[in-house]
Parts: sequence; structure tokens; C-alpha cells
Amino acid sequence: MTKHFFGDTTVLLGRSLRHITRSPDTIITTAIMPIAMMLMFVYVFGGAIRTGSDTSYVNYMLPGILLITVASGIAYTAYRLFMDMQGGIFERFQSMPTARSSVLWAHVLTSLVANLVSLVVVMLVALLMGFRSSAGVLAWLSVAGILILFTLALTWIAVIPGLSAKTMEGASAFSYPLIFLPFLSSAFVPTDTMPGPLRVFAEYQPVTSIVNAIRALFAEQPVNTDIWIALAWCVGILIVAYGFAMNTYRRKIS
Amino acid sequence: MTTQQAPAIQVHGLEKSYKDLRVLRGVDFTVARGSIFALLGSNGAGKTTAVKILSTLLKADAGTARVNGFDVATQAADVRECISLTGQFAAVDEILSGRENLVLVARLRHLRNPGKVADDLLARFSLTDAGARRVSTYSGGMRRRLDIAMSLIGDPPVIFLDEPTTGLDPQARIEVWQTVKDLAANGTTVLLTTQYLDEAEQLADRIAILHEGRIIVNGTLDELKQLLPPAKVEYVEKQPTLEDVFLTLVGTKA
Repeated sequence: MTKHFFGDTTVLLGRSLRHITRSPDTIITTAIMPIAMMLMFVYVFGGAIRTGSDTSYVNYMLPGILLITVASGIAYTAYRLFMDMQGGIFERFQSMPTARSSVLWAHVLTSLVANLVSLVVVMLVALLMGFRSSAGVLAWLSVAGILILFTLALTWIAVIPGLSAKTMEGASAFSYPLIFLPFLSSAFVPTDTMPGPLRVFAEYQPVTSIVNAIRALFAEQPVNTDIWIALAWCVGILIVAYGFAMNTYRRKIS
Repeated sequence: MTTQQAPAIQVHGLEKSYKDLRVLRGVDFTVARGSIFALLGSNGAGKTTAVKILSTLLKADAGTARVNGFDVATQAADVRECISLTGQFAAVDEILSGRENLVLVARLRHLRNPGKVADDLLARFSLTDAGARRVSTYSGGMRRRLDIAMSLIGDPPVIFLDEPTTGLDPQARIEVWQTVKDLAANGTTVLLTTQYLDEAEQLADRIAILHEGRIIVNGTLDELKQLLPPAKVEYVEKQPTLEDVFLTLVGTKA
């Protein structure tokens, strides 16, 4: 069974990617909301926000917008998985001599590809809006690495409702709190203006360290401990979500 | 049952509960190779649960089941090599074309030359003209034909059809019946579940009635008909239909 894992995953990945190329609206809708937020924050609120740093506001808030892009993109993973479960094709795959976990991995890798495309679209718009970074190759690779880990972590979270939801709305509703998490962080405003308990939450939740790490990498500043905290959060969430997702999956198929 | 060839399906003492609901309460039956066996029952009788256990999608709480000589619990991978499941809802990928669906399954069954396998089946099921079209444009009958065509890929010796004609118009229904008869004529063992009595009457070599989690009768159509004596006072001797048999048996047990 496992000897076919890579071959089967590739075949199923090709299938899901074909779904995306036939409904490219999933990538466009994923990118549109973060782009609209970016336009609003930069051109409406941006002038009034004092970030306390000498960088332009679009440079300041882009890391948060990138995380929102991923958070809204993974809802489609839950949706696609849910549709497979509903339609019976999931059961067909599970009753065939196909490596069983390939079905999940194909959806996870599809999520990675789709989110990376959305991220590139958002980045291009940010460049048009004046985002600039003189960061070197290593810094860009680090940013890409953090975003890939973040996408994988959130995707495995998305697998859980995708497998267990009873309705289509239920399958994607979980992403709303994830989309709003960056607002309660250092993504758009410095945390030191926030009232006590909110500030504590904002400073210790995962988004702040991830945003700070990406922002520092773009600005060629030392990343300090932020990058390690960010990586620890991503890997930690990834492992826990993977464990829960696999557990849900095992209960579904036996 | 002769000793030279083990039966295609052997089920003994199968039990399955969902929490407090005892769906299967000790099911026994045997299906001879190359025969058509109908599992007849009302909605909720446990037909689908039995099929899911036999196709390794569910684990039984008690009892044993062997398909093509392999135990469904301990040799699930071997079982999957020699079965195909056509579930209650057409398990096709709506976004792909008919041909792409067939190629996908052929690849996942690790066959050589998936393109040729797909073209042959399209021709056999009169879908060649529709092969390049997306399945979402297919009629219910075409979708079911494609669904069954996908189940034939790799020539599995045992095929499970779970309510194959539910929701089909009479014409499409007759097409499916013809396909099932052709399959059995070529030596494939078919286990089908149905709530349509005429369907069982038309197709099955043996019929078992599943009621409240137990097989209450199991025999050929003639044997089943003999369970009820012909009406005595009528001048024209009238054989009871299978419908009479079914309703009488179910009625007295309930």
C-alpha cells in the first residue's frame, strides 16, 4: 500500500490542481479580500496611523495582510475536502487499492500551491502600492519558509472541519476567527497603544511574532528571538493540528 | 457450495452499532462466485452498513467477513485489490470530464495505459461522445453509467452496488440492469442492495431480506415464493409476487 504513496499523491494532487485551474475564482476571491483590506488600510487609515517606525505603512502592514491571505485561502481546502466527503468520491478512493492517506496529502499540497499563488498576487499588488524591500535572497527565502510553514499549519487545521463538518457553511466558518486574529496583533498598529489585557493577548499570540519576524526580514533588521518564537508557533500548531486531523481521519475511515 | 472454489463473499455473525442504535445484529450470508446476490430491505435496514463493512470503509463490532478469501478486517489491502464499490450517490468528480474520471481511477489502480482503459470503457458505456465534457453536464443516467464504468476498471472480481438505480428514470434503470447482467455473465460476482423488489426479482440469483439488522430470509426467487402458499379460493392460481412475500415477512416480524 505505502509503496504507492508518492505516485498516488501525485495523481490526486493533479486532480485537485485541475479543479483550481477550472475555477480560478477560488484564487481570485482568496486574494481579493486581503487586497481590499490593504487598499483600505493604506489609503484610508494609513495616514492617521503612527507606527513609530520610519518605514512606509504598506511596508509595515504587508506581513499581516499575507497572513490574512493564507487564513482566507485555507477555507477552500476545507470546502474541497467537504465536497469530496459528500459526493461519495472519498469513499470510492478509500475502497480502492490506493494509499489511503494520499487523499488527505493531495488536498494539503493543493492548499499549499493555491495559497502560494494567492500570496504572489497579493505581493504584486503591494509592489504596485509602493511596497519595497532591499532584503537579500536569504531573507526572502526565510519569509517564504515561514509562510509555507504557516500555510501548512493552518491547512491541517482546515482539514479537521473539512472531514467532520455537517454543512458546507460549517466547513468554512472556522476560518473567520483566523482571519481576524491579525487585527488583535502587531500587524496593523503597534501593540503598546492597546489596553492592558488586549495588549497582553496581542503580544503573546502567534500572529505577532510571525508578523514581527517577517517585517524584520523585509526591513533587513535583526530578527531577534521573534523568528524562533514564530517558528515554534508554526511547528507547534502544525504538529497539534496534524495529530487532530489524522485522528479525525482515522475515525472517519474505520 | 462446492469445495473447489471458496465463495466470493462469506459473512458470519456480523454486528455493528452506532452508539445505541444496533444496525446489524448478527448477519450471515454467502455469495457464490459469478452470481448476483441482492440484499433487500427498507430504508435503514442496514444494507449500506453491510456494504461499507465489506468494502473496508467501516469496521464491524463483531463477526467476520471474507471477500475473495480475504478477511476484511485483517487483510483490508488485499480486499481492496479485488473489489469495487459503487455507492448510493454517484461517486464521480463533477469538475473533471468523463474520460478524466476514468483515467484518474485507472492511475489510482496502478494500471498500465490508463488512456486506453478509459477509451474502451467510454465506448462500452456509450459515453464516447460525452467523454470530453465535464460530468456536471451529464444526465443522471449518464452519471450512473460513468460511475459503474469507473467501478469496472481493473476488472475486480467482486463488485458492490449500493442502490444502483435509486433516482434513475425507467430507461436508465433498464440500462443499469443490462450492465449488471453482463457483468455476472462474464464471471463477476455482484452484491447489490436495493429497496426495489422488482429489481431484485429481475437480477438476482439469490435474494436475502435484511430486516431490523438480521437476515430474515435467504433464497432463490422460487424458494422465496414458496414461502407463501398460492391463494386457495381463487379459480385462477396466482403466484405471490416477491412484493407479497416481502411485505408479509416484514409485517409479521415487526
